[in-house]
Amino acid sequence: MNTLQNTSPRRIVVVGNGMVGARFAQEVARLDPSGEHVRVSVVGAEPHTAYNRVLLSGVLAGDHTAERIRLPVPDGPGITVRTGTTATDLDTRRRVLTLDDGSRLPYDELVLATGARAVLPPVPGVRASEGGPGEGVGVLRDLEDCRRLIAMARPGAPMVVLGGGVLGLEIARGLVGRGVRVSVVEASPWIMCRQIDRAAADILADRYAALGVTVHSGRTAVRWTPGSGLELDDGRILPGDALVVAAGVRADTDLAASAGIEVDHGVVVDDRMATSDPRVHAIGDCARHPGGGAGLVQPGWEQAAVLAERLTGTAPHATYTGARPLTRLKAEGIELTAFGRVHEEEGSPNAETVTISDPYGGRYAKLAVREEKVVGAVLLGFPEAAATLAGLYDTGDPVPSDRLALLQGAPLPTSGLQEARDAPVCRCNAVGRIEIEQAWLDGARTREDIAERTRATTGCGGCVREVRAVLEGMRSAPAG
Amino acid sequence: MTITHCPYCALQCAMRLERGPEGRPAVRPAPFPTNRGGLCRKGWTAAEVLTVPDRLTRPLLRKDRDSDPVETDWDTALDHVAERLMALRAAAGPDSVAVFGGGGLTNEKAYTLGKFARLALGTSQIDYNGRFCMSSAAAAGNRAFGLDRGMPFPLTDVAEADVVLLAGANPAETMPPMMGHLSSPALIVIDPRRSATAEVALDRGGLHLAPRPGTDTALALGLLHAARVQGRCDEEYLAERTTGFDAAWEHAAAWWPERTERVTGVPAADIRAAADLLGRAARDHAAYILTGRGTEQHSKGTDTVSAWINLALALGLPGRRGSGYGCITGQGNGQGGREHGQKADQLPGYRHIEDPEARDHVARVWGVEPDSLPGPGRSAFELLDALGTPDGPRALLLFGSNPVVSAPDSARVRARLDALDLLVVADFVLSETAAMADVVLPVAQWAEERGTMTNLEGRILRRERATAPPDGVRTDLEVLSSLAARLGQPADRFPTDPDTVLAELGRASAGGAADYSGVTPERLADGQALYWPVRSPEESTPRLFLDSFAHPDGRARLVPVDHRPPAEETDPDHPLVATTGRLMGHYQSGAQSRRVAELDAAEPEVYVEVHPATAARVGLADGDTARVVSRRGHTLARVRLTPTARLDTVFLPFHFAGEQSANNLTHPALDPTSRMPEFKVSAVRLEPAPPDRNGRGVPEETGAPTPGGHG
Repeated sequence: MNTLQNTSPRRIVVVGNGMVGARFAQEVARLDPSGEHVRVSVVGAEPHTAYNRVLLSGVLAGDHTAERIRLPVPDGPGITVRTGTTATDLDTRRRVLTLDDGSRLPYDELVLATGARAVLPPVPGVRASEGGPGEGVGVLRDLEDCRRLIAMARPGAPMVVLGGGVLGLEIARGLVGRGVRVSVVEASPWIMCRQIDRAAADILADRYAALGVTVHSGRTAVRWTPGSGLELDDGRILPGDALVVAAGVRADTDLAASAGIEVDHGVVVDDRMATSDPRVHAIGDCARHPGGGAGLVQPGWEQAAVLAERLTGTAPHATYTGARPLTRLKAEGIELTAFGRVHEEEGSPNAETVTISDPYGGRYAKLAVREEKVVGAVLLGFPEAAATLAGLYDTGDPVPSDRLALLQGAPLPTSGLQEARDAPVCRCNAVGRIEIEQAWLDGARTREDIAERTRATTGCGGCVREVRAVLEGMRSAPAG
Repeated sequence: MTITHCPYCALQCAMRLERGPEGRPAVRPAPFPTNRGGLCRKGWTAAEVLTVPDRLTRPLLRKDRDSDPVETDWDTALDHVAERLMALRAAAGPDSVAVFGGGGLTNEKAYTLGKFARLALGTSQIDYNGRFCMSSAAAAGNRAFGLDRGMPFPLTDVAEADVVLLAGANPAETMPPMMGHLSSPALIVIDPRRSATAEVALDRGGLHLAPRPGTDTALALGLLHAARVQGRCDEEYLAERTTGFDAAWEHAAAWWPERTERVTGVPAADIRAAADLLGRAARDHAAYILTGRGTEQHSKGTDTVSAWINLALALGLPGRRGSGYGCITGQGNGQGGREHGQKADQLPGYRHIEDPEARDHVARVWGVEPDSLPGPGRSAFELLDALGTPDGPRALLLFGSNPVVSAPDSARVRARLDALDLLVVADFVLSETAAMADVVLPVAQWAEERGTMTNLEGRILRRERATAPPDGVRTDLEVLSSLAARLGQPADRFPTDPDTVLAELGRASAGGAADYSGVTPERLADGQALYWPVRSPEESTPRLFLDSFAHPDGRARLVPVDHRPPAEETDPDHPLVATTGRLMGHYQSGAQSRRVAELDAAEPEVYVEVHPATAARVGLADGDTARVVSRRGHTLARVRLTPTARLDTVFLPFHFAGEQSANNLTHPALDPTSRMPEFKVSAVRLEPAPPDRNGRGVPEETGAPTPGGHG
């Protein structure tokens, strides 16, 4: 951006020091290390430096500590980070952001990275009158929530998780690992219904049952009674010392809305990550891009990278054109990957689906292919296929013709390829069985004799056993 | 009969050279710790290199580029070179002449080449092909440990381990006798291909992780992440012996296994399993992490090696008996060759050329003023890329290397060499690069002269002279000495006796990191195991870092590194990743090995390893000829269908020349620290190639009568 040269650096203010806001600052530090093009101020409401929200379920599971999931603090001469500070007002006309300590930050470009908040459903007892969680109710959105949940999770105690989506299931896995007796309640007909089909969900629920988690699908919560439990619409009461709500999130758009910026289930942005005010940008969970991506960190990071390239002038025309979201359940012992349109494709004329259902083995795979391209998959217990298919989904490369082999993660049938290049006994010195047998006939009787005559076994030594076996075979062969 | 060491790789297997049938030299294996009495096919047939039919025995000279080179006598050739060099220097300054060396040269030659450049030519423009081999591991080792010795322990230690992780190394193919040390440990092999070593790992209950080429950094970070979750980090060791863990962890914290899977294509479950296997062995101080070129030859190779070293440090491996980190040096003298001054920024003893104390010391040994020594010059590819440009050198003296085949982006390198006023190549055959030269100087090889090599363990070895060079051939030391004299140097400044040079090298390296001052011909002849530093006539240092690391505070440093994508990504026109590597039967540019009948017969031509489904998409079958096309050039290669290959990755061995050269494809993007080119990731497409008029798909190699050039 030549126009930026010989001028003072542009001032960028970032609202939100979460995974995406901090990532943006880090990208800026990388692209403009001397701070000659831009100055960045990051404002975060939480008292800590940025941390890896994706791993909160890992902290809950005991895999990580709060300390361990810290993200690198963006470091550069042009970058400042203020934690424990909330933005209270955005004046887009004067281009000034006001903070709760009364300070005012003028900006040239503003970046909203305010993220999302947990939604508390309007169920008696779940939501307190002031809108916060009721007594004995927790969510898992930030470190403070996580600390509260860990304090609630006592071994042997019953807890209920309201919401059988990805986060609810990860929380359930973490809690059961701490010895908690966990029930999961999901209002939809099956768990993870946005990502997987019913058959997969049934097997997944069985896997959870085997871990000691009971899953109640198609049931809605009626009332939370602290000290008692969660009453369901069928009248049953699930005992629970505590209730964890994982029933979705809502983009945090308050600041944008109050400044008159267009909001529709999120701050509306275009491919440049610009909002209805061209000086204001939004990235991460608070943003709504037509190509999707909210709720997952990878798209948020991609948006941060694109915006950093634009605003530092490194790539002024960079754009974000949407995500290919992929869901990967982080639950110890359960390998579940889901992406794309599996339900819709089934039965549509140009699509083919391949399904493997193995309830006994707790495995399930469904692959949807359209015009030789992977358009969706659900893979429970197929880790190798998951890695390969995710790659094909990302690149759009054609699918190999043997779909079953692909799902099984096995190499394709070799149709005699390797046999045709008949492997010698000693690969290092290209010595075949026939030459070893000939050496025996010429009088070689020991491994050392064979090495002396044929060089076999003198390379990597991996064929010593096989050479001995050939000798043994010759020894015991009938004479003549 | 002479006991000596192999002409090829850094394992430097011991061998007996004796008279075989018809009086021709023949090789038998000899006992030695690294090869344990074994040899690979290259070693067994090494004697044939001594009697290749197209051996050069007279200097070649051509007056201009349009005429053919003609045989001439040494005085004419050397006078011509000296005159041209002096004229260029007078007209355009000392940096108008450049020198390019090799990691196959003996310590004495590498040392003398560096001294020749700085004193006789006064040029800063010297570098060597080791930049294409060891530089990323060397840079990462230096910044982590304060010292770079590929393996800071004897190779035999590795055999005692429970688990060895091999990142981008394929010793079953490239150094078969090394596998003797790896038969007991479980192996974790990191390689995009199901290599011979990966097969061994799987056969013996180990693991093979196959990342997409260019994503090893992410994988190493993911393994560190998983290891920490599993409680395998050695907190006490980190606190007492290292610095920088917290900052390094902040990057690894963002590489949870599921995210790592998305980038690398390695299943998260395999990442956890590998971390668990390695972590349990680390707890018992019985694990090693070893890196090879596969993980190092990238435009981010230094950071990738740092990520592996960080993993090793987090697990408490380096600087302890029974565990550690090491890099597997490739070229015969890849270790010694990077220590004694043929590198652009270096003086003997692994000293830095900008360090005033280093300059004082070396200048004193050389009998010159410190200020007369030039400063740092260009790195290998940058040097090649500057040849014949307005600011670049106009002449190049090349020893022990064949960059037309071994450097990235061959077409570009050829064009630069073509633009020179003067190209002088010292070689024993007419290599592809020698074939382009104005002057070719026929030199002695391997068993025709004595010298020392430093093997992959940092052990200094004596290579013995077993046979006399053919009439008319001179040694590299003789060539440098007689050129120096013609350039006005004092007669005794460039000795031709290797032992005399070794003694001087000892003095020049004294006090440096790679201190050879206690190395003597007597100790070598005695078979003493001399691992550097060898600071006194009694000392040898088999294991480094047991008490402290080489940084001033005695601690190892974890360097905070993150993953970054390769220099070029795939796109619809180039949807596949090509990666390159070695074959058992060949060595480097193939100059030596392609001249050995048995080796040539076994692998006579380049091939491209490709998954059957990927080949089928473009209509290629096993045995067809494929045109592999990158943004820089193309290679014609025989299709070898490989069901274990990744769908998105093809592999080509790089030992072949002309249209068969894999380096027609490769990307010269350089690592910012080590200046290593990105050999291992090029975006390509495959297409069927029409058979040529011979009906043989893969064309004959071009250039020399047969293949050529060492290094």
